[in-house]
Amino acid sequence: MDALAGRGAAARWRPGARVRQRGTTGPKAGLLLIGLYFAVPLLATGAFSLWEGGQRYGFRAYIVLIHTDQFWSSLGLSLRLAAETILAGLVILVPATFWMNLRLRALRPLFDLISVLPFVVPPIALVAGMTALYTGPSWLVGTSNYLVIPYVILALPYTYRALDIGMRALNLRTLTEASQSLGAGWGVLIFRVVVPNLTTALIGAALLTIAIVMGEFTFANILLFNTFAVYINYVGQTSATEAAALTLLSFLITWLAMLGVLLTGRGQVQIGGAR
Amino acid sequence: MDQDGQGVKPEAEHLAARPGLFARSGGTLSLLFVCPFLAYVAAFLVLPTGMLLVEAFAGKRGPTLSYLAQLGAGQTLVAFRNSVVLSAFAALVGLAIGGLAAYLVMRPGMPRGLPSLVTTFSAVAANFAGVPLAFAFIATLGSLGMITVWLKSVGIDLYGMGFSLYSLPGLVLVYAYFQIPLMIIVITPALEALRREWREAAENLGASAWDYWRLVGLPILLPALLSAYILLFGNAFSAYATPYALTSGIIALVPVEISNVLSGNVMLSPQTGAALALGMILVMVVVMGLYALIARRVSRWTR
Repeated sequence: MDALAGRGAAARWRPGARVRQRGTTGPKAGLLLIGLYFAVPLLATGAFSLWEGGQRYGFRAYIVLIHTDQFWSSLGLSLRLAAETILAGLVILVPATFWMNLRLRALRPLFDLISVLPFVVPPIALVAGMTALYTGPSWLVGTSNYLVIPYVILALPYTYRALDIGMRALNLRTLTEASQSLGAGWGVLIFRVVVPNLTTALIGAALLTIAIVMGEFTFANILLFNTFAVYINYVGQTSATEAAALTLLSFLITWLAMLGVLLTGRGQVQIGGAR
Repeated sequence: MDQDGQGVKPEAEHLAARPGLFARSGGTLSLLFVCPFLAYVAAFLVLPTGMLLVEAFAGKRGPTLSYLAQLGAGQTLVAFRNSVVLSAFAALVGLAIGGLAAYLVMRPGMPRGLPSLVTTFSAVAANFAGVPLAFAFIATLGSLGMITVWLKSVGIDLYGMGFSLYSLPGLVLVYAYFQIPLMIIVITPALEALRREWREAAENLGASAWDYWRLVGLPILLPALLSAYILLFGNAFSAYATPYALTSGIIALVPVEISNVLSGNVMLSPQTGAALALGMILVMVVVMGLYALIARRVSRWTR
C-alpha cells in the first residue's frame, strides 16, 4: 500500500486512465469476437445441415432422419437410459444422503470424497476397469441396461450435491420428529415428506442427468451399445449433412435441459457433460 | 467445511439427550440406508479402479513393473506428452479468453441482460461437448466445412496455409468451446468478490488501472486463477469423445490409446492399457488434489 501511495502523487493527474475505463466500445468489440467464436460453428452447422449438394438447400437431411428407424431407436434408448439412471441414482442416493444428514454427520467427509471420485477416475479409465472386472453374467453385461450402472456413477457428483444442498436447507430433524410423532414410518417419511420438499433440487439433478446421458459416448462406444451419441458418430462416417442435423438436435437437447436447470435452480450453474 | 465440523458436536449432544424418539432406529437402519450406496460405489467405482492396479502390476510370474515401464517408451510416451501439451494449451486458452469474457461482461455500461445471457449460454456450451461438438467444428472448419470453403472462395486457403482441424492446434481450437464457458462459470464468483471499494481506494490513492490489477486485483485473484487453470487442465485431459470423433485416432492421446487397447486394434497388451488408465488416474489425483488445496485458499476471499 505504501508503494501504491508513493506513486500516487505522480499518477493522480492522469485522468485518461479513468476515462478509458468508462468506455465500452473496446470491451463490446472483444465480447463480440468471443461471441462470434461460439455462434459461427452453430450457424455453419445449421447451414451445413440444409445443404443438399451443389447450390441446393433444403430439409432433406432432416426428412431422411425422421424416416430412419435407427435414429428413433437410438434416441429412444438414450432417453430410456436417462430415465433409468435418474431413478436408480435417486433410489441409491436419497436414503443414504438423508441418513448421513440426519444421523451420521461423521460420514460427510467420506461422502464428499466419494462425490469427487468420478472426476478423478475419468470415464475411459473406469470403463477399462469395468471391462477387466466384470465379464458376466450375460443378462447383466449383455443388455443396454448395463450402461445404467456407470451412468449412475457419472451423475453421482451432481445428484449428490443437489440432494445434499437441498437437505441441508431443510430442517430434517424437525421434519423427522413431526412425522414420526404422527405415526409415519421411515418409508413414508422419506418418500412423502422429505422427497416432496426437495422437488427443485431433484428436478435440477434429473435435467443435468438427462444432459449427461444423452451426450454420453465413452461407455456406450466401448461397450458397443447403439445410444444417441454413438449413432451420431456412426452417421458422421457416412452422411455429413445428417450428422450436422443431429448435432443441432443434440445442442437443442442440452439447451433445453440447461434452461430447465437454470429456471428451477435459482440461477445456479452446474457443469457436467460428456467430453 | 469448518462450519460443518462445529455443527456436528451440539447436534450429537442434542440427540443423545433425547434418546427416546430415535430409539427404534439403530444400526440396522444405518445399514439399510447407507450401505447400498457405499456398496454400489465400492463395486462399480473402487473395485474396477483396483482391478486396473492388479492388471498393471500382475505379471505371469508374480508382480512386475514391466507394464508400467512401457509407459515411458514409444507410443505411450508420445500419447502422454500429447495429452499433457494439449491440456496445458487448452487450459491456457480457456483461462485467458474465459477470464477476459467474464471480466468484460461485468463491466459497467454493458447491456442489462448480458450477464445472465452469458451465464446461461456458458452452462449450455460447457455441457455441449463430445461427438456433436466435433461434428459442429467439422461442418465449420473441416476440410470441406462451410467457413473453409467460403474462405477459399475469397482467396484464403486455410489448409494450404498449414492449418488443420485434425491436429493438436485444431484440437485446442475445439476444446476452447467447452473450456471458455467452464472458465466463465468458475471465475465469475471470484471476480464478483473483488469489492468495488478496493478499486475505488486504489484509484483514490492514484493508482492507474494497470497499477490496480498488478498490485491488488491479480494477487487476490491468483489462487482462484490457479485453481481454475488446474480444473480446466483436468477437464481437457480426460476428454475422450471429442478427440475420438474429430481425429478418429490419428493423434495419440491417452484416452484414445486406452480405447484402442480396449477395442483390440493396436499392438499394446491389455495390461499396458491398464497401466495407461492408472497413469491417467494418477494425473487426475494430482490435479484434483491441487485443486482442493488451492480452492480452500480461495474460499477465504469469496466468503
